[in-house]
Amino acid sequence: MDLFEHQAKELFAEYGVPVPTGKVAHTPQEARAIAEELFSAGSKKVVVKAQVKTGGRGKAGGVKLADDAAEAETLAGQILGMDIKGHTVHKVLIEEGSAIAQEYYFSFLLDRANRTFLSICSVEGGVEIEEVPHDRLALVPVSPLNGIDRATARSIAEQGRLPQEALDGAAELIERLWAVFIDEDATLVEVNPLILTADGEVKALDGKVSLDDNASFRQEHDKLEDKASADPLEAAAKAKDLNYVKLDGSVGIIGNGAGLVMSTLDVVSYAGEEFDGQKPANFLDIGGGASAEVMANSLEIVLSDGDVKSVFVNVFGGITACDAVANGIVAAYKLLGERGETVNRPLVVRLDGNNAELGRQILTDAALPGVEQVDTMDDAAKRAAELAAAGA
Amino acid sequence: MSMAIWLTENSKIIVQGMTGSEGMKHSRRMLASGAQVVGGVNARKAGTEVDFDGTTLPVFGTVKEAMEKTGADVSVVFVPPKFTKDAVVEAVDAEIPLCVVITEGIPVHDTAYFWAYAVDKGGKTRIIGPNCPGIASPGKSNAGIIPADITTPGRIGLVSKSGTLTYQMMYELRDIGFSTCVGIGGDPIIGTTHIDALKAFQEDPETDAIVMIGEIGGDAEERAAAYIADNVTKPVVGYVAGFTAPEGKTMGHAGAIVSGSAGTAQAKKEALEKVGVRVGKTPSETAVLMREIMKNL
Repeated sequence: MDLFEHQAKELFAEYGVPVPTGKVAHTPQEARAIAEELFSAGSKKVVVKAQVKTGGRGKAGGVKLADDAAEAETLAGQILGMDIKGHTVHKVLIEEGSAIAQEYYFSFLLDRANRTFLSICSVEGGVEIEEVPHDRLALVPVSPLNGIDRATARSIAEQGRLPQEALDGAAELIERLWAVFIDEDATLVEVNPLILTADGEVKALDGKVSLDDNASFRQEHDKLEDKASADPLEAAAKAKDLNYVKLDGSVGIIGNGAGLVMSTLDVVSYAGEEFDGQKPANFLDIGGGASAEVMANSLEIVLSDGDVKSVFVNVFGGITACDAVANGIVAAYKLLGERGETVNRPLVVRLDGNNAELGRQILTDAALPGVEQVDTMDDAAKRAAELAAAGA
Repeated sequence: MSMAIWLTENSKIIVQGMTGSEGMKHSRRMLASGAQVVGGVNARKAGTEVDFDGTTLPVFGTVKEAMEKTGADVSVVFVPPKFTKDAVVEAVDAEIPLCVVITEGIPVHDTAYFWAYAVDKGGKTRIIGPNCPGIASPGKSNAGIIPADITTPGRIGLVSKSGTLTYQMMYELRDIGFSTCVGIGGDPIIGTTHIDALKAFQEDPETDAIVMIGEIGGDAEERAAAYIADNVTKPVVGYVAGFTAPEGKTMGHAGAIVSGSAGTAQAKKEALEKVGVRVGKTPSETAVLMREIMKNL
C-alpha cells in the first residue's frame, strides 16, 4: 500500500524525523483556517500541496505557494478536484513554507536483484531521481542482519556527497528513516527533496512510503487505507477476500493463479483486437481452490461491473481437479439463485488439466443457461471477446 | 543414474508444518506421487506420528533432529507466514541442502532476513521460494504442491515465477516430458532465481532444452537474458505474462507490478528475443515453440 505524502510525514514525525508543520484540508475553508494558524505561528509563506499517489504534482500545477490565508483558500479551491494523471485530488496538505538552502535525495528500498535492502543518497535532489546522473548517486546496500546505526547513516550521507554542514542532521534523519523502514515493514521510504534549510536544519520536505500488505498481521496499517478513493468493486472484492483489480474493458475474467490470470488478460486483449478492441474488464484470481462460495462471490463481483458484457472463466485443474471446479461452478449458480441473483451475461468456460473430461461433462450435463465451453485458452478468449462485442 | 536438478529419486524430504492442514494435504500428495517423504517437524508435536494412508511418518522437534534420524536433505516449509522466518532460519542452521518455502504472504522483510542469514552462513542451503509451488522432477520426486500427475518424465527443464502457468506448461508438453520443473515464486525477493535454474539446467546432462516463464515486475528476466547470452548453449523458449497490466497495479503476486518504465512485459520479451530466446505470445504458442525445438534436436 502506498501512502499519501501527509500520511508519510505523519509517520516520519512519529519517528522523530523533522518535517515541516502542516495539516490536511478537504475544503478551501479548512485550508484557510490551517493557513491562518501557520501564519500566526510565524510562517512567511504556506504551501498548498495536492495529495495524490502519483508523481509530477508540481508540473501539473498541484503544488502552489501562498502569501496569505486568503490566497491559500483560493489555491486550495483550484487544486481540490483537479485531475493529476488520472488521480482526483480529494485533499490538500497545507504546510509552512521552508527556506531551502539545498536539496538532496534519500531513500531505502528493496533491491530485488541482489535480494537485499538498498539505500540511495545524492546531493542532487528535488528532481526526478531517474534524471540524476548515475555517478551522482550513492547506492549503498544495507544488510537486513545488521541494519543501520548512526555511523553507517553518516557514511551513506558522505557517499552521497552531502556537504559537511548537512552531515550530522542527515545522519540522524537517515537513522530514523531506517526505523520507519524496519518497524513499519516498508518496501520504500523516499525523501525527495531532503533539504538543508537556511538556518542549517535537515528536514524531509516530501515523503513517499510504501508498506508491505503481507505484514498486516503485525502492523496496524488498516487505518492508513484510502477507503475514500478505493474503487467500490475492489473494496467489495477485498471484503470477500478476493484478489480483484478493476480494469476498463468489457470481458470479465475469473481464473486461478496470478500468472495464469495475467496471461488470460493478455490473451483476451489479443483476441479482442479482432472484435472492436474488446479488453479485459478485471483481474480476478480465485487462487488454489474453486469452492462454490468463492466462485459465486467471484461471479457476483465481476457481474456487478456494468461494463462487463461477457465473462471468461479460465481454470487450470492442478491441485484442484477440473471436476471439482465444474461442481463449484454448478453450485455457484445455485447459490446465486438463492441470493436472488441471475447470471444475465454469457459465460465462457475453459477447463483444462486434471480430470478435464470429467469436468466438462459435468458442465455439459448441468446445461447452465448462458454457459459455453471452449477447450483451449486461446479459442475461449476469442469466443469471450466475440460475445462481449455482440453484447456491447 | 538419472540426473534432474536439485531433486532426485534419492532425495529425502521432511515437511516443516506437516501437521497443519496444508502440510497434511500436500505431504499426502507428495507421498502419493512417489516422493520419499520421511518425516515432519513441529516442536509442539515432537514424538508423535502421522498416518498417511498406511505410511506412518514421525514428527520431530527440530530440523536438525529430523536430519539426524532420517538422513533428510530436503525440507518443504508450509508453516504460516508469521512463523516462516524462524522456520527457514532453523533449516539454514541445520544446514539442510535444499529448503523449499511454499508459504504465501510472508512479509518481504522476513524473506530479506532469511536470505541474508543463509548467505551469511555460507550459502549451504539452497532456498526455493517463498510463495512458490516448489520443485518436481517427474517420475523421481516432488517437493511442494506441484501436481505430479499432469506430466511425464522427459528432457525439458522448466523454471517459472507462476504456479498455474507452470502446471499449464507441464500439461501441454506432457507427451515430451520434463527433467525438472522449478517454481521460483513471484515475490519481490526470492531465494533461487531464473539464473540459478538456467545454470543448473545448462549443466544437467539430462536436460536438452529449457522453458522459462516470467511475469511483469523487477528485472529478473532481463538479467536472465544477459546470463543466457553468455552462458547457456541449450535452446531456451520464453513466455512473459502481464503485457496488458496497467502501471501501478499489483497483479496478484506481490512482485508483479509495473512501476514507471521498469518491469514491463514488453521490455522483458525484447531482452529475451535479443539474445535468441524465442518468446511465445501465449502459453500455448510457447508450448508449440518448444515442441518444434524438441522435434529438431
